[in-house]
Amino acid sequence: MDTESTYSGYSHYSGRSRGSHRHGERSRDRHKSRSKDSRSEKSVTINTPPAEPLLGDSSLRGEQVQDDNWGETTTAVTGTSEHSLSQEDIVRITKDLEDSVGLDCRRYVTRSVAVILGLLVFFTPLAFLVLPHILWPEKLQSCGTACEGLFISVAFKLLILLLAVWALFFRPARAGLPRVFVFRILLAVLVLLFVISYWLFYSVRILDSQDENYQGIVQYAVSLVDALLFIHYLAVVLLELRQLQPCFSVCVTRATDGETRHYNLGQLSIQRAALAIIEHYYCDFPIHNPALLSASKSRAAKHLAGLKVYNVDGPGNNASAGIAQSQSRAMIAAAARRRDTSHNELYYEEAEHERRVRKRRARLVVAVEEAFTHIKRMQEEEPKKAPGDVMDPREAAQAIFPSMARALQKYLRTTKQQHCHSMESIQQHLAFCITNNLTPKAFLESYLSPGPTLQYGKDHWLGRRWTLISEASVTSGLKDGSVFLLKCVDFSLVVTSRKIPYVQMSEEYIDPKSHKFVLRLQSETSV
Amino acid sequence: QRIEIQKLRQGENLILGFSIGGGIDQDPGQNPFSEDKSDKGIYVTRITPGGPAEDADLRIGDKIMQVNGWDMTMVTHDQARKKLTKKNEDVVRLLITRKSLEEA
Repeated sequence: MDTESTYSGYSHYSGRSRGSHRHGERSRDRHKSRSKDSRSEKSVTINTPPAEPLLGDSSLRGEQVQDDNWGETTTAVTGTSEHSLSQEDIVRITKDLEDSVGLDCRRYVTRSVAVILGLLVFFTPLAFLVLPHILWPEKLQSCGTACEGLFISVAFKLLILLLAVWALFFRPARAGLPRVFVFRILLAVLVLLFVISYWLFYSVRILDSQDENYQGIVQYAVSLVDALLFIHYLAVVLLELRQLQPCFSVCVTRATDGETRHYNLGQLSIQRAALAIIEHYYCDFPIHNPALLSASKSRAAKHLAGLKVYNVDGPGNNASAGIAQSQSRAMIAAAARRRDTSHNELYYEEAEHERRVRKRRARLVVAVEEAFTHIKRMQEEEPKKAPGDVMDPREAAQAIFPSMARALQKYLRTTKQQHCHSMESIQQHLAFCITNNLTPKAFLESYLSPGPTLQYGKDHWLGRRWTLISEASVTSGLKDGSVFLLKCVDFSLVVTSRKIPYVQMSEEYIDPKSHKFVLRLQSETSV
Repeated sequence: QRIEIQKLRQGENLILGFSIGGGIDQDPGQNPFSEDKSDKGIYVTRITPGGPAEDADLRIGDKIMQVNGWDMTMVTHDQARKKLTKKNEDVVRLLITRKSLEEA
């Protein structure tokens, strides 16, 4: 059964800390996320119907009917979307509220549980050592030298454990994920069980019977700390090391323009793999430019316009529906024949655009190079000029900017990038280049080719909210052939994974003395 | 397979008027005239126009099987050359084979 799990992460980068992840969700949180899923399924499916009225109802039948139909179609389309929006809206609002409350709740709960468990774990050995002195000091044997040596070892091991836990778990969280880490919960449960069992043993055997052998107690505490260090080692292996070895090759495709990249990942759960992919996305994929898609959309609209010329009388009228079908097939055939001109248009349009871009680019390069020659870094040995002439990088950038501004703006308009760069950002970049002695070509590089998303200002990062859509449960591991989607506001990334094949390598030894050659000729002698 | 008789015409040296290629010490794969590329026999690679070879109707691509009774199928290039250019012989009898003869 499909379990679609969608969850909009409202977290920013200060999501749940990893320390809090050490400990589990309460079962009610899991229950809550499941109920959220069912509601989100409903809200997703409502979106699809509006496509049909657009194709089916819009018709240019008769003059008197035309306006009505047009009116009907518009109201039909907006009607359904309004309906769905109103229902959806309510659903979404309540989901929002619950989510924000739920998320904060979750964060605080996990963090507090983490802290409690951490303190419990840390103070348990100390408690083991101190309690006998408090409860039955008279009966206690004095601690010999070996015992005192064990005190030192306990102290250092606790210190090492503290540092190790800090290094592994108390890093700033990179993201908020929809479900918990299975491994972390396992480890937390393991630690809890472990500590509880030690306390049970201690309370039954030592506190009740008030054992006098203090050295035994100290050794018991040392064994606890040793075991905790081993559990920490297990945590390192499970959480960090296991996924380092590449096991799967994932292919990530952006749905809107087809940019594809391939990455190697280890054995991860789907949500962790999604997180790794998003991080790669931010630095590898060129920025998503919706302006570049308008051309294909207008072509699609033209095709659609060509197909719209058929009649549908109405629902429930089988005869006319049959007629409509045959008519529509004829229409599609006619439209197919008509398509002959559009590829021609595309070809010439693209050639023209290419020429225009190259011309503007040439003008831009020349303008920038010329602008850069106006600026020279002031040498120290030169006689000091009047303070009015000496400029800091920002002023220098502002001084040479006007001479290249026009060419740059025209180029950006032609390549449809003008919304990515504001004048402020261009001037900042120019000042940066001047300060660091970059050549004009280096300055232009960020405008000539679209860079990764992180290069642009924060407002272009297009939301740090990603939705993970997958058929398998997101805490299950990646498998060969698993597919999932990462949806952002404007576009979505389709991810498919493939297992890296098992490589069987064999060895062949070459004796270095075996490299010998003979001459093979075909000579001709005349007789 | 015919026997051809050639005359050694003496300009200053004895010349027969053709060039040979092949031999067991050569690379058979580069021979353009042999059908089987592992054939290491001696082949006629060139015929000088107007020479005694042409007069005796020797053709390019002929494989020389015997020279005056000496077998030419398993000799080195140098041995073949020597057998063909013996100074004390006026007439050289060759046993050759040719693709057109085989088909006939």
